[in-house]
Amino acid sequence: MIALRAGGRIAADRSQQVAAGLLWLLAAALVLGLALPLAAILGKALTGDDGRFAGLAQFAAIVGEARFWDAVSNSLAVSLTTTMIVLPLAYVFAAALTRTCMPAKPLFRALALTPLLAPSLLPGIALVYLFGNQGLLKAWFPDGSIYGFWGIVIAEVFFTFPHALMILVTALSVADARLYEAATALGAGRIRRFVTVTLPAARYGLISSALVVFTLVIVDFGAPKVIGGQYNVLAVEVYKQVIGQQNFPKGAVIGMLLLLPAVLAFVIDHLLQRRQRALLTARAQPLVVRPQAWVDVLSTVACAAIGGALLVIIATAVAAAFIRLWPYNLSLTLAHFDFDNMDGGGWAAFYNSMKMALATSVIGTLMVFGGAYLAEKTRAAPVARQLLKLLAIIPMAVPGLVLGLGYILFFNNPANPLHFLYGSMTALVLCSVMHFYTTANLTATTALKQLDAEFEAVAASLKVPFWTTLWRVTLPVCLPAMLDIARFYFVSAMCTVSAVIFIYTPDTVLASVAVLNMDDAGDTAAAAAMATLIVAASALICLVFSVASWWLSRRTQAWRIR
Amino acid sequence: MKLVNRIALGLACAMAGSAFADTTLTVYTALEADQLKAYQQKFEEENPGIKIKWVRDSTGIITAKLLAEKANPQADVVMGVAASSLLVLEKEGMLQGYAPKGVDKLSKAYVDSANPPAWVGMDVWGATICFNTVEAAKLGLKKPESWHDLTKPEYKGRIVMPNPASSGTGYFDVSAWLKVFGEKDGWTYMDKLHDNIAQYTHSGSKPCKQAAAGEFPVGISFEYRAAKLKEGGAPIDLVFPKEGLGWDVEATAIMKGTKNADAAKKLADWSASRSANELYEKNFAIVAMPGVAKPNAHIPGNYEQLLIKQDLKWSATNRDKILAEWTKRYDAKSEPKK
Repeated sequence: MIALRAGGRIAADRSQQVAAGLLWLLAAALVLGLALPLAAILGKALTGDDGRFAGLAQFAAIVGEARFWDAVSNSLAVSLTTTMIVLPLAYVFAAALTRTCMPAKPLFRALALTPLLAPSLLPGIALVYLFGNQGLLKAWFPDGSIYGFWGIVIAEVFFTFPHALMILVTALSVADARLYEAATALGAGRIRRFVTVTLPAARYGLISSALVVFTLVIVDFGAPKVIGGQYNVLAVEVYKQVIGQQNFPKGAVIGMLLLLPAVLAFVIDHLLQRRQRALLTARAQPLVVRPQAWVDVLSTVACAAIGGALLVIIATAVAAAFIRLWPYNLSLTLAHFDFDNMDGGGWAAFYNSMKMALATSVIGTLMVFGGAYLAEKTRAAPVARQLLKLLAIIPMAVPGLVLGLGYILFFNNPANPLHFLYGSMTALVLCSVMHFYTTANLTATTALKQLDAEFEAVAASLKVPFWTTLWRVTLPVCLPAMLDIARFYFVSAMCTVSAVIFIYTPDTVLASVAVLNMDDAGDTAAAAAMATLIVAASALICLVFSVASWWLSRRTQAWRIR
Repeated sequence: MKLVNRIALGLACAMAGSAFADTTLTVYTALEADQLKAYQQKFEEENPGIKIKWVRDSTGIITAKLLAEKANPQADVVMGVAASSLLVLEKEGMLQGYAPKGVDKLSKAYVDSANPPAWVGMDVWGATICFNTVEAAKLGLKKPESWHDLTKPEYKGRIVMPNPASSGTGYFDVSAWLKVFGEKDGWTYMDKLHDNIAQYTHSGSKPCKQAAAGEFPVGISFEYRAAKLKEGGAPIDLVFPKEGLGWDVEATAIMKGTKNADAAKKLADWSASRSANELYEKNFAIVAMPGVAKPNAHIPGNYEQLLIKQDLKWSATNRDKILAEWTKRYDAKSEPKK
């Protein structure tokens, strides 16, 4: 009897040890792939050309330049304008999806999310063909005026729309029907109800999506690079300093400054989310949406217009990829897919991207899910668990451009024992895993929180090691969330430009980078062709995942139905 | 099990591969992507055992990259980079002088005057305006004949040119204007031209490609890209402004401290050889070896005489100063001024 109990304790101890070891390993990976590169940027920003500590001297020098303030005001103007355009559009769309009986909702939803499949360079290229000097609708923006402010804004609206939409759909899908009943009983009209009930309930969602859109735009450099013309913004300025002039200290300083709005937005968002939890009470009644002919028709028209506009942009880029010489020779051709005879890295770039996205998807999912599991469900290594939780939320506030710059500064330092990773596929995968860590981690944590902690408590009292519980209970239940994470990682890694633009080498050049380089060399149609391939690959993978998810949930999720 | 086997096999192959590998030369270049393949194929065919790994970007970026890596150079050879850029590297003591076999058969004007030469020319590329005749007819634009024509108000917002900080083509345009018009008048000219410029592009090819596509009717570019696009059916005319054309030499140089010195010399030898010059000739009207070039239907026979008298050393010595001034005047503007 005694021997048996002792044996059980040893097994339980070993389980704890393994969990602690894994936790420390993951925490170390995040320190290495995230914290140290960021520290390297800060170090560079504070170090002078002579290698000595310069304090804020370099910040002061840059802040003194008129050119810098031009870029700041341009970045702010573009980001604010985009936010003000995207919010109402996304709100209308989200309201139509959640609060009306509009037909074909899944179709509209899918349509609205398609921009997620494309790099932010794609709308820029499409706008050249739509509104450029030879564009189909050139009269809308005469004399090349699309190159600049409005070009960037329209491209960013396309790029950020699904992000705003997803947040607003979540915000609008919970509502307390009692409040509407009370308002109606008190004689409030439609507008009054909107102002006094709907808006206050959705205000956190609105602020949150405004912050997300603003941050995405201010740190994006794909769209302004392609369609910005001479309109200089901060993100492009970092690129120019680092790639064009190889001026790393200056790039690091502007990168640090670019971190400010992102961190600020992130902090505001977190404070607000904390307050929101008190909003919904246990006694809330779900709102039942009833058909209302004119609302449903208006919603359908609005969503068709918005979805149609998004579709036109993608379709234009796809069409441009197949037209021989717009606008003089409209015959169809595959010549623009002859990437090997063009700048940008050739077909290898596309295959590299596929490899990189697959590796990111597999490694990212395992790492994120493993980390979330150990942090949520075990009680091993408290310090490592806290460190992991803390580090996991940082990537959300770090622009890809800044992370990428950190990677060169950290890994390209000959004194770094990890120097050999510089420019390798491993570094690209690590960077992508880190860049999208927060969103993936939120998905995993949410799924894990749905599972009662009883499972672990029972397992512990039965002396079952944690991996048995994980394999028998947790994994099968969380499979749909894992597939979501894997798909998210794949598509994000396929489209990202900003995180990888500084760390690819000729051997590891990626498709999204090739789009940028081909556009730089003037091969706009080839750039459109490569962007089309990216969209096609992402769409295909999404399709595969949907099928896999459907099949797996039939096998593992039957318990949910009862 | 299968997977383990496969990994083991892969590792074994990788190790064996590195043991018996060919020498791989890392070559930094600003050559056009559509030229690289032919050069690489011919060189590797004539020099079995040596492989080329290209690192390609615009002249300004390759130059900046080389300078940034000064402490720890990654390149073995620089090939097809502007001589005015190579002279900057030479000043920094980064190049290894070497006289390739048969260098005496090349035109002296296109080889570094030092002995042994720090760089050896391959071909000459020079300024050319791509003028889209179809769009010009629609807009009622007259074909420009001189650089000064481009400052006329009718061309406002119709011209694209390469950014000299990133593009070698852009840089020789700017240095030629300063040379031909004089320093003061040169900047005054560029002030006026700036008012008409719609965009400064990253690469020297893009202005001509944009002109060919009618996106902007006038593109300041270079003759190879222009002739190539016209051949491909683009509705453009090539204009050679009468004040004279800026130009530069595409050249080859060996990086000091390369670990593959023998292979690097082989590439330098090949780059000066007749067989290489015969490949350059397919792309350029002027090549380093006299008598190799053949007339091109789209480029006038007297092209060499249209080039301005230019001192590449002057272009190299003043590169930093000129680019800083140019960037201050024109790149900082968020929008074309006035």
